[in-house]
Amino acid sequence: MEKMATRDGYGKALAQMGAEFPDLVVLDADLAKSTKSFEFCKHYPERFFNLGIAEQNLMGVAAGLAASGKIVFASTFAIFAERAFEQIRNAIAYPKLNVKLVVTHAGLTVGGDGASHQAVVDLSIMRSLPNMTVIAPADGVETMKAVYAAAQMEGPVYLRLGRSAVPLIYDERYEFKIGQASQLREGHDVTVIACGIMVTESLRAAEELAGEGLSVRVLNLATLKPLDEAAVLRCAQETGAIVTAEEHSIIGGLGSAVAEVLVENTLVPLQRVGVQDTFGESGQPDELLEKYGLTVKEIKEAVYQVMERKNKK
Amino acid sequence: MEERMLEQEKLAGMAKQIRRDIVEMLTEAGSGHPGGSLSATEIVTYLYFAEMQVDPTNPSWPDRDRFILSKGHAAPVLYAALVERGFFPREELLTLRKINSPLQGHPDMKKVPGVDMSTGSLGQGFSAAVGMALAGKIDRKAYRVFALLGDGETEEGQVWEAAMAAAHYRLDNLLAILDHNGLQIDGPVTEVLSPEPLEDKFRAFGWHVQRINGHSFPEIAQAVEKAKKVTGQPAIIIADTVKGKGVSFMENQVGWHGNAPSREQLEQALAELV
Repeated sequence: MEKMATRDGYGKALAQMGAEFPDLVVLDADLAKSTKSFEFCKHYPERFFNLGIAEQNLMGVAAGLAASGKIVFASTFAIFAERAFEQIRNAIAYPKLNVKLVVTHAGLTVGGDGASHQAVVDLSIMRSLPNMTVIAPADGVETMKAVYAAAQMEGPVYLRLGRSAVPLIYDERYEFKIGQASQLREGHDVTVIACGIMVTESLRAAEELAGEGLSVRVLNLATLKPLDEAAVLRCAQETGAIVTAEEHSIIGGLGSAVAEVLVENTLVPLQRVGVQDTFGESGQPDELLEKYGLTVKEIKEAVYQVMERKNKK
Repeated sequence: MEERMLEQEKLAGMAKQIRRDIVEMLTEAGSGHPGGSLSATEIVTYLYFAEMQVDPTNPSWPDRDRFILSKGHAAPVLYAALVERGFFPREELLTLRKINSPLQGHPDMKKVPGVDMSTGSLGQGFSAAVGMALAGKIDRKAYRVFALLGDGETEEGQVWEAAMAAAHYRLDNLLAILDHNGLQIDGPVTEVLSPEPLEDKFRAFGWHVQRINGHSFPEIAQAVEKAKKVTGQPAIIIADTVKGKGVSFMENQVGWHGNAPSREQLEQALAELV
């Protein structure tokens, strides 16, 4: 299976979009080669600004540019966007400025850098901000389309990308729309709702479960906010059981967002797969996913648990 | 510009009116920040009535000069200047800090015509000013960005991140003015956590630095004109001011950083501001 890191999708999209969006300005904070924002700098150096290791100022400068009519893409690692949370809140989200925070190296799969660099609560805090759109794409193609869609919409966006290469799920024909879930596999016993790298894991789990006699639907919920509530409720109604899977704390992220919709509307049982309210550590990405319970194994276990609850009813 | 340039006397009269507006709206609001609004009155008056190209009938005019009140708690002085400049009706001043009012305790660019950036969390407006100056450079526009900072505000690390970026990108279309009133909430700035020597620090950060009396219109005028001629680097004017200036019982009193006057105190203040 062909692989691409979501951050590479970002770099590619930026390089392609420069001509179409003359007001596009890209900022980075000394991580341009890692976040891939440098791909834009190569083609449009006059619209690229490195602000150095100074994330608070990165957010403020982004706000000032946006208030002057620019479409601003500002990049750093997810963990350092968290560092400038109050700047994001007050300078970007509150005045609803047109800043796209495209953050990379999110989640445990940063790997060797360890817990200090592994953003596992970022979706939670960004999702709680009024005016903020939050997207965690599953592969390089979806990333490219999400970057394009973010540039076309007015207002702040938090786009969460990863470091490691992940399998391509989509091809060019995919029609991404902000706020619209994408069903990747039909099924009627249970739905696994996932985002980011956990979409691939969920598809694998569904495939294995099919061999064990279970029909598992897989929904990629790349946009955490605004949440496609209709799609979640349709899955709840049609399959009667939901599992969520995310490379993020089980507190406040995708699992919480889905839970909020479910409990207000249904009695459908939910099991959440994610980081269990803990920090990570150094290690290889696959080792970390295994140790912290973010693999096919945990998704399958959650499916069996939720099926048991569904059948008891 | 000459035609908009009011004579010193008229500027002084406008400053007095703005001070009256400030104490009146704060009394009506029952809370807010008089000290740092009054200390910045001549600076803001000069910018809005003798310097900046703005259009009250078209507040988002793309070529306008920008004013960023990075010390956002001095919102009353900005609101008063905007009213006197014709951006919105003066009756609204008395809605400051009240429910459903556009006049938030700290400026909201989405609610008030003429407010170029939402500020209030210290240090953040300065970064936004850098972004606006950068946009002016990208677009080859002639507008200038004026940013008003407090001296206590320079304790925020973000101020120095922004200062570094402004010098690195040679933003000579950015003019910062530092309202150096010497006091912050917990006491004298030099006692709480001294950011001094501020002149040396800004020079070391690559800025063109001037120091003036921030209540003297001739000194403000001279310094602004000189700063506008600086090329290849951003400029800052460190303006020595008196916190609470113009109201005798508020002058240099740390307690008047964030307290509204009573009705009696308002009467006394207005009696002094004639």
